[in-house]
Amino acid sequence: MDTFPKLLMHHAQVRGDRPAIREKDLGIWQTWTWREFADEVRALACALAAEGLKRGEHMAIVGDNRPRVYAALAAAQCLGAIPVPLYQDAVAAEMVFPIENAAIAHAFAEDQEQVDKLLEILPKCPSLTRIYYDDPRGLRHYAQAALVGYDKLLESGRASLARDPGFVDREIQKGQASDPAAMFFTSGTTGVPKGVVHTHASLIGPSRTAAELEKLGEDDVILAYLPPAWIGQNIFSCAQAFVTGYCICCPEAPETVMTDMREVGPTYYFAPPRVLEALLTQVSIRMDDASWIKRWFYHRFMAVASRVGGALLDGAPVSLLDRLLYGLGDLLVYGPLRNVLGMSRVRVGYTAGEAIGPDLFKFYRSIGINLKQLYGSTETAVFVCIQPNGQVRSDTVGPAVPGVELKFSPQRELLIRSPGLFTEYYKNPQATAAAKDADGFFHTGDAGFFAADGHVKIIDRVKDVGALSEGTLFAPKYLENKLKFFPYIKEAVCFGHARDKVCAFINIDPEAIGNWAEKRNMPYSGYTDLASRDEVYDLVRECIERVNADLSREAEIANSQIHRFLILHKELDADDEELTRTRKVRRGFVGEKYAALVEALYAGREAVHVEARVRYEDGRTGTFSADLKIRNAKTFAPAAAKRAA
Amino acid sequence: MSGRHIGGVMLSVENVSLSFGGVKALQEVSFDVREHEVRAIIGPNGAGKSSMLNVLNGVYHPQQGKIRFGEREFADMDSHEAAALGIARTFQNIALFKGMTVLDNIMTGRNLKMRCNFLQQALWIGPARREELKHRRAAEEIIDFLEIQHIRRTPVGRLPYGLQKRVELGRALAAEPKVLLLDEPMAGMNLEEKQDMCRFVLEVNDQFGTTLVLIEHDMGVVMDISDRVVVLDYGRKIADGSPEEVRKNQKVIDAYLGVAH
Repeated sequence: MDTFPKLLMHHAQVRGDRPAIREKDLGIWQTWTWREFADEVRALACALAAEGLKRGEHMAIVGDNRPRVYAALAAAQCLGAIPVPLYQDAVAAEMVFPIENAAIAHAFAEDQEQVDKLLEILPKCPSLTRIYYDDPRGLRHYAQAALVGYDKLLESGRASLARDPGFVDREIQKGQASDPAAMFFTSGTTGVPKGVVHTHASLIGPSRTAAELEKLGEDDVILAYLPPAWIGQNIFSCAQAFVTGYCICCPEAPETVMTDMREVGPTYYFAPPRVLEALLTQVSIRMDDASWIKRWFYHRFMAVASRVGGALLDGAPVSLLDRLLYGLGDLLVYGPLRNVLGMSRVRVGYTAGEAIGPDLFKFYRSIGINLKQLYGSTETAVFVCIQPNGQVRSDTVGPAVPGVELKFSPQRELLIRSPGLFTEYYKNPQATAAAKDADGFFHTGDAGFFAADGHVKIIDRVKDVGALSEGTLFAPKYLENKLKFFPYIKEAVCFGHARDKVCAFINIDPEAIGNWAEKRNMPYSGYTDLASRDEVYDLVRECIERVNADLSREAEIANSQIHRFLILHKELDADDEELTRTRKVRRGFVGEKYAALVEALYAGREAVHVEARVRYEDGRTGTFSADLKIRNAKTFAPAAAKRAA
Repeated sequence: MSGRHIGGVMLSVENVSLSFGGVKALQEVSFDVREHEVRAIIGPNGAGKSSMLNVLNGVYHPQQGKIRFGEREFADMDSHEAAALGIARTFQNIALFKGMTVLDNIMTGRNLKMRCNFLQQALWIGPARREELKHRRAAEEIIDFLEIQHIRRTPVGRLPYGLQKRVELGRALAAEPKVLLLDEPMAGMNLEEKQDMCRFVLEVNDQFGTTLVLIEHDMGVVMDISDRVVVLDYGRKIADGSPEEVRKNQKVIDAYLGVAH
């Protein structure tokens, strides 16, 4: 069982009646067993073969987490074709490159929205001849010859399967572990996207190691809510499910994830820090609105949890009194809170993707959720480092997973050699050679070092770590994360490399600040209005000053306190290329785009006029102008802070 | 772009006049609605648009004139009669049960289709249970259609205005009407909400073949989505025809922009 199709057929045999995929449809959870899923995949594979999909060809897959999207992915793999999942929220133009790059002829789209995008780029992508779609809604009058509906596909597949029942199994047997299994386009923090080629072996290997490490089995359940085009989602809700036979649950709609999570009660959970942050913000907002008695209980018991919760989870010694207090808190606060978050059954929770604020991380662990950090990337099939139970820290990502070799270059760059390493960047030998050296080590671009206990510590991207003009280490992401822990701050961009001080752009969180404004009977019209209020500036300044006070206690970076800031007139947006599709700030791009604002910050001005081109979701562009205020924040002398402490 | 087939006249009013005391709301208005079409009624404030809709679904009883629905002819209609015939509507000021959830509000739209008596329903015995499941499925299909899964269990009163409008459309759809009367479905909405609503209205028309009669103030919307437009002014019909024809009609231009005296 060295390929995904072989694993799928194996599950259909040994646990045919166990749930493979669940989806909430018309308000009711519908289950597909492994046998049903395998049968559908078989028929689909037959139909795709009849449509002309061949071994070694690529097939684009654009859609949210849906059983049929997964079935299409598995069917392509059965035939030895290579699925290329694309981000479903990408605009049409972003899909041109992958489709042209891999000369893709077959594409699977979830619904009308995706079909429309593919049809839009059809003239630019002559290779694309077939577009399959799952949800027929709104597509009844589309007459394009390239379009084929899922039901029709399935029907023709079943018919041809009846004529030659052994066809798919013969195709599956031809597949080998060293064949490419999938290609993922990197989110493109820098330059053009690169297609990362993974074989069955490089995806199955790490998935299996990690599953054994965490003792994942067929009783586990996961909620598939992140974009399938991201390798993490593919690993958690596809590769590992195929390896262990656990059940994948697809939410009803993106807006219902919270409710679905509560209904499903996943035991295995992954969330990037931004999702955990958003959840905590919601909790904070709801607690602010709660009655005083609930607030009192919450604050009292959260103090207990933050003192001993993490230690209890780690199995460290805790006094009897604290145990009793925590037990009471669990009954009154933590248990209900876990339930509201849908995390009552979470046995293994991971967070990764970027550094997580220590307080944020501690919050989840303190209420008894076994959240751990892991480290990995698209090129390494996710699992490079995992924090073992009992060795969880907020500032490391854990030791290497068995089978993974790690070392650091003199520039502090992390280098990796592992069975999960990608084969190559598709049709890009130059980039491949740059990323993978002669010894087979992958250059991650992440800067870090080994902590005393052998855990890996990542501080920032190698290229982002800089220094202030007087020499102090400047790790912008570290500062930004500290700022983002405040519920009022959604995004921050810090500048300081080769400058005399650190200045910052702030994006306020419209939900949290909106709530705050409502409570003060402050009318406002929208984000831009809120962002320009003096009251909001004061609020943000207080947050920054608390970060500064914190920083003043850390000797090495005490000088990177934030001196001046402004609140941006718009939310940073992936559609404007200010964020990547995984919502990471593209600091360099933002710095260039708003160069005038950066200069104003350093020139000591009180306000700056901004005129910006904005791109709306429908692709139109417009201009916008406003005067942004600039404010100073108080900084603390390192020595003074020590005295105060 | 559309595969729907506009059929013959299914609903018409002939010489309808309606007055409240001395106020003449409608004066000898005649027009017809064809099967599967989107028919708009427009006019300045106080032109009698809502009164016309109220006549069509039996809230107001005209003093004069006839209403024809299919084979049948009425001097006036009763609301329950209109509902039983397959005429549903939404209101200018949302008329939902604010304290009830979205799902429950939509279920009330299935009321006319429920056959079990109070006792059966209260005891939740066989037929009542089967019936409830059937109607719940229909309601869920509407929830899916209108993309409001995430607010299924939310009390309507807590929803923003645009979503309440959508829920009201959902409740009207739950009755599986032949004719759907929409009283200013896009009033007070922002551009995005209007676009969404237009999409839903057109999809209702296209997918279920529902005939639509709508009152709307946004001329862009009216011109984009309706097949024929009737224009009222001071209770009289002043124009009737395709959006193009109506747009060019001098009387319509005068009614909207005013004329020099």
